[in-house]
Amino acid sequence: MSDTNGNGLRLKIGLAEMLKGGVIMDVMSAEQAEIAEKAGAVAVMALERVPAMIRADGGVARMASPKVIKEVMNTVDIPVMAKARIGHFAEAQILQELGVDYIDESEVLTPADEENHIDKHAFTTPFVCGARNLGEALRRIAEGACMIRTKGEAGTGDVIHAVKHMRQIVKEMRQLTIMTEQELYLAAKTHQAPYELVRMVAKAGKLPVPNFSAGGIATPADASLVMQLGAEAVFVGSGIFMKGSSTPLDLKDPKERAEAESRAKAIVLATAHYKDPKVLAEVSEQMTGSMKGLAVSGIAEADLLQTRGW
Amino acid sequence: MMKIGILALQGDFEAHANRIAELGAEPVFVRKTEQLDEIDGLVIPGGESSVFLNLLGDTGFEKLSAFVRTKPTFGTCAGCILLATEVENPKQKGIGALDITVRRNAYGRQIHSAILEGPTTLKGGLLEQVYIRAPRIERVGPGIEVLAERDGHPVLIRQGNLLAATFHPELSADTRVHAEFLRLVAECKK
Repeated sequence: MSDTNGNGLRLKIGLAEMLKGGVIMDVMSAEQAEIAEKAGAVAVMALERVPAMIRADGGVARMASPKVIKEVMNTVDIPVMAKARIGHFAEAQILQELGVDYIDESEVLTPADEENHIDKHAFTTPFVCGARNLGEALRRIAEGACMIRTKGEAGTGDVIHAVKHMRQIVKEMRQLTIMTEQELYLAAKTHQAPYELVRMVAKAGKLPVPNFSAGGIATPADASLVMQLGAEAVFVGSGIFMKGSSTPLDLKDPKERAEAESRAKAIVLATAHYKDPKVLAEVSEQMTGSMKGLAVSGIAEADLLQTRGW
Repeated sequence: MMKIGILALQGDFEAHANRIAELGAEPVFVRKTEQLDEIDGLVIPGGESSVFLNLLGDTGFEKLSAFVRTKPTFGTCAGCILLATEVENPKQKGIGALDITVRRNAYGRQIHSAILEGPTTLKGGLLEQVYIRAPRIERVGPGIEVLAERDGHPVLIRQGNLLAATFHPELSADTRVHAEFLRLVAECKK
């Protein structure tokens, strides 16, 4: 589909603008979606398994069942996102047909194409994609992504790589702003990204689409950290509804339900007031329990999710 | 210089700040209720109205309610919903300063978002209107002046010192709607 006047892109980026300052939460059921919305989530990501469970279970991770996605869409009034495998444009076509508000072409699922990402310009539904550095972010934007998020290392509750990727992207953008016009041609080659986009970043000092953070954010302090490093909103995956590394909190148990509610609420408040240590101290105290987590440094290279995508 | 607060708890507050600065006023991001005392007018941006309610809490909601009844306030999309007397789909608390009934997500999901152009009573010809998961005003009270409509429903309205749009003028290059708001603020300051 052609978008000669650029209005399609403006609408897609426009929705991402509306999500700024908010928290997008992974949910696996209508019940979790309801808790997320009540706690103040700005959107939810409908999944069959959160990244921590995918990591623990192994096997091939695919798009969630339309049944789960529709159930979540029918439950909440905030935007609903869902994930498609990298390069799996047929899954994306199904998600667009279901009417989800944003599609995440995600490294958390098992990739479906070793070379190509989805041509996201071909869709009316906007896409978010993960990135570890500026080049990767700009390649995704060239393909039509209207929101970028750091990859971090999903399903770990370890914020270290969300920090690494955000710092990397922000640093590389800052470097572009002091380059001469001549140097920008080489920068485009080095970053393996289209020259026009490199030049746009050099002029503006920021990405032409919103830049969010994801991949290991588990506490209010984590949310504040990535926001202070330059994230404009936060994705929280396994950090809210997981107990152990592969078992979710039991929402039928009032104590465990209260724990999920307190975590969701605390991260929402921390993201909105990320520069206010007084609020951060209060919400950190109110939060009960947190995801056990898995240190990224202990994960074998081959088991990392962030290296998926090209 | 006029100081214009922009409620910056969540949403597209930066886009509003850019428009306000382009028009020569000073934008101030409002995250704490004390800041309301320092501004000449307030913008409530687009975003998720349910999230705004959540982050305001009871105290913030009351202080904001008092503010919008004394000083000029401009709400777009979620901001318009927040100012309304009655909110539907689902029923939700509103500040009740703007005498309208508004329906959330009335046109459908993101795939039904649209950029349209339509007439307005503001001088300068057709006005671009960016609708994103937009609400629809289904009833207006007698004190409301309609500045633009879409399919017979008001989309840009004024009631005294309050201005509201169901679309996002902050996402268009055309600054006429923001200029109209700054005019209300300047008049109120006199």
